[in-house]
This record gives sequence, C-alpha cells and structure tokens, in this order.
Amino acid sequence: MTDRALSVVRAGALTTVQDLGRPGHAHLGVPRAGALDAPAHRLANRLVGNPETAATLETTLTGCAVRVRTATTVAVTGAPCPVTVDGRPAPWGAPVHVPAGAVLNAGPATHGLRSYLAFAGGIDAEPVLGSRAADLLSGLGPAPLGDGTVLPLGRRYAPPATADAVPHPGPVTELVLPFRPGPRDTWFTGAGLRTLTTGRFRVSPAGNRIGLHTEGPPLERARSGELPSEGMPLGALQVPPSGLPVLFLNDHPTTGGYPVIGVVPERHLAPAAQAVPGTPVRFVRIA
Amino acid sequence: MRPLPVGEHGLLIELDSAEEVAALHAELLRRAADGRLPPVREIVPAARTVFLDGLADPRGLCAELATWDVPPPTTADRPTVTIPVRYDGPDLAEVAALWDVTPDDVVRLHSGTVFHVAFCGFAPGFGYLTGLPPRLDVPRRTTPRTKVPAGSVALAGPYTGVYPRSSPGGWQLIGTTDTVLWDPAREPAALLAPGTSVRFVPVDHPRIPPQAPTGAPAGPHSPYAQESAR
Repeated sequence: MTDRALSVVRAGALTTVQDLGRPGHAHLGVPRAGALDAPAHRLANRLVGNPETAATLETTLTGCAVRVRTATTVAVTGAPCPVTVDGRPAPWGAPVHVPAGAVLNAGPATHGLRSYLAFAGGIDAEPVLGSRAADLLSGLGPAPLGDGTVLPLGRRYAPPATADAVPHPGPVTELVLPFRPGPRDTWFTGAGLRTLTTGRFRVSPAGNRIGLHTEGPPLERARSGELPSEGMPLGALQVPPSGLPVLFLNDHPTTGGYPVIGVVPERHLAPAAQAVPGTPVRFVRIA
Repeated sequence: MRPLPVGEHGLLIELDSAEEVAALHAELLRRAADGRLPPVREIVPAARTVFLDGLADPRGLCAELATWDVPPPTTADRPTVTIPVRYDGPDLAEVAALWDVTPDDVVRLHSGTVFHVAFCGFAPGFGYLTGLPPRLDVPRRTTPRTKVPAGSVALAGPYTGVYPRSSPGGWQLIGTTDTVLWDPAREPAALLAPGTSVRFVPVDHPRIPPQAPTGAPAGPHSPYAQESAR
C-alpha cells in the first residue's frame, strides 16, 4: 500500500467521496452524482492547491475523522464545524498542515449539513466513467466510508493557496428555492401552483443525496395518473402522489414518471445541500 | 413535435410515438456528430420524449427544431447486438398463457423479433427494448420479486429488458443470459445504448436450434457480438 493514503478513524453518519460528478451519461441511466454543495467542494480544493476536479470527502451532519499516513495539507469547508489535529484546534476554511500519522477530525456541523474535506493531491479512488464520485442511487464509484476504510491520496498538485475568499456561511434559516415553472406545471391546478409559492413547507428528514423531500400542504393536481417515463433534470421539483414536491439532487434518477412542476436552476442548489430537516422552505417563481 | 422549456438550460421535446422519438434521437446524434448541434450535456430519449440539457440557448434550438426535416429511423445504420438467451425464466409459462401460445412459441416469437433500445433508465445499462407487436404487451407481475438475478431477460408492457445486475423487479422473467450488460471498465460501458438493435438467440433449448434471426451475421455462441456500420 502506498504511503500516500488516509485511513478512516470515524466515518460519521454518511461520508462519501465526491468530485464534480459524471455528467453526460444520463441516456444510459447513469446519474450525475458529485458534491451537493459544489461551491464548498471547489473552495476546499483551491485551499489545498488542488484543481476543482479533485475528489474530496463529503460528510453528513456528524463529520468524520481520518488518519493520514504522510504529512499532508487538508482544508475543511461547507458546513462549519470544529476542526482538530490530534485533538488540538485547527482552523475551519483554511489550509491545515497535518503531520504523518496524525488524526484530522471534522466535528459535528455547528450549522448546515455537509462539510467537505480536501486533501492535497485529492482522494485517488478508482474513477468510474471519468469520475470518483459515489453515486448512492446506482452504486457507482467508491462505497460510503466505513471505520477503517483506506483511501489513496494523489500526488500534490501545487502549494496550498495563500489567500482565498472564504465565505463563512450562516445557518440556513429559510431555504429559498427559485424555480422556473414546467415542464409539467399544466398537470396542476391554479390552486396547486399557488400552494407551491404560498404554502408553508419544511425540509423533511426523509431527504438524501437523491432528493430533498418536503413537508407541507399537498399540491392539487389538474389531472391524475402518471406520465410515460421522461428525462429528469437536476433541480427538478418532482411531485409524487403524496403531492409534496421533491427537489432532485445529484444522485437523482435520470428518468421518471411523476410530473415536474418546476425546475430550480443549478446555481441555487448549494443551499439545499446545507438545509437541515425542519428548515422552512419557500419556493419563488422566476420568469 | 412540442418542445417544452425545462429550467434555464433544458428542453423536453414531446413526440407522438416511439418511432418519432427514435427518429429525432437519431437526427440529434447525427447533428451532434457533424457539429451541427449546439453544445449539449445530455440527450435523453424516453418513451414519448427527448430531453436535452445543458443548452446555452434552449429557445434558439427550439426555434431551429421546427425547421428540421427529420427522416424516419432506419435500422441499417444502427449498431447491432446479439444476446444468447436460455429461455428458462420462471414466468415463461405465464407469458405463454397471456399470449395464448405454447412456451416454445414464446421463444420463437421473442427470438424472431428485431428489437431496438428505445431508452435506458432504472439502473445503469438497463435498456427498454421495443419491437414486439402491441398484442403481445404483458402486465407487470402483481407482486414484484425482491430479487431478480442479473442477466434475467424480462417483459413488461410493450418492453423487453435485461437486468444488468441483481435487483428488485416486477417484470415477467422469460430467460437468462450470461452477456454482461454493464461494465464501467469496458468501452462502451453499456451494451444497450439508445438506438442499438438487439437480437435474442436461443441457446441450450431442447427443441429450438440456436440460430440467429434472418440476416443476423453474428455466431450464436459468441458471448456477444457488436458491429457498427458507422
């Protein structure tokens, strides 16, 4: 085994290897996958001198801890959390030197949901269709981390960044999701569409990397039944028979038969990756 | 052809039939290959639609679409895949009853049909294959199986499919193949991409000799044979 590797000391609730995903294979039934909070993933990579395509670790709520075999530079971004190296406090959102054999711990998120851990050189897991991202819908890419999992690290690309604008995100007190109506908004009544923009919705605990589920008033349908399966975009607001919209995230199925009432543009999806269950959701119609 | 906007960069084109979908999909691939299509991230055919995503100017393409002359799909320029099948599925007798024929006739009808991959979905490498006449549509099983083995050849509605890996499933199982449908380490990873022609060849059948349907050039015992006229 190569020296450039990390071993997982504490995998946390759900920690996966992520990069920018594998777009371009939807016609084969392959989801895009990739970091849900893409800006945080990119920032973490920049902080350690990696290209944005390098693979990072995406944690869920409880963080994770890893031991590095050789000295390396690590940065933690996304959901803010206490960072320690062998128990000593280290900065969040900045390059951190981790000596050989030391344990880097990204603690539970103080707010938000998903933190990103970038290592100089990136996680060098075996790429599948050009990406190292774990796809939890179809099982492509590396399996979610377990305690004791060993992952190789790549060779360092560049010296760590000396300066970068690091936004320190505040808690998401309300998740605002701008959407464009369609393609199946006509499957809903005028009242159903009004319910979407005026109803009190919350983030449901049922969410995952496939979709953010909501709780709230069901949307009234103008017609019943299902569509013949059709292509589904990232950011789709798909409405299953419950009437409660599900926001499709990166591991979403590439086709589906429930009507899509609107689509949230990709650039507005990062906050959805950080909204904890119970967060109020407001859908805002854009032209 | 009815294009519907999907978000800021997508276009969902509704069509009236699976044939129109196949024709438009083939035309889109031709134009993409010739550099006559603006950059696009995904081209996803489905039952009655083609979805395009990652377009810089979906409205522009929308206007242009109306001027296209889309020829009907031809089978001549499609890649062809031959899949050897043991027609030993647990639902073979039930399908025979639904079709009102003998199980041997199911084998003859199914292996005598040239299918084509209308679209993919459900799992990586799972193709929805059309080609059987509408009178041979079968319902899904009322109780889905919790585990369908990889390589199961199955029917549901107007479609035939082959499970690329073991998974739950509600389709009627008529046979088994050793052909690997999905292998990310292979190029191409998916044997059955949209537009591909598919022939099933019976093997190890006591009464039906292994022979490819008329005109099939591939030997029946090769694990699979893929030719492309392109």
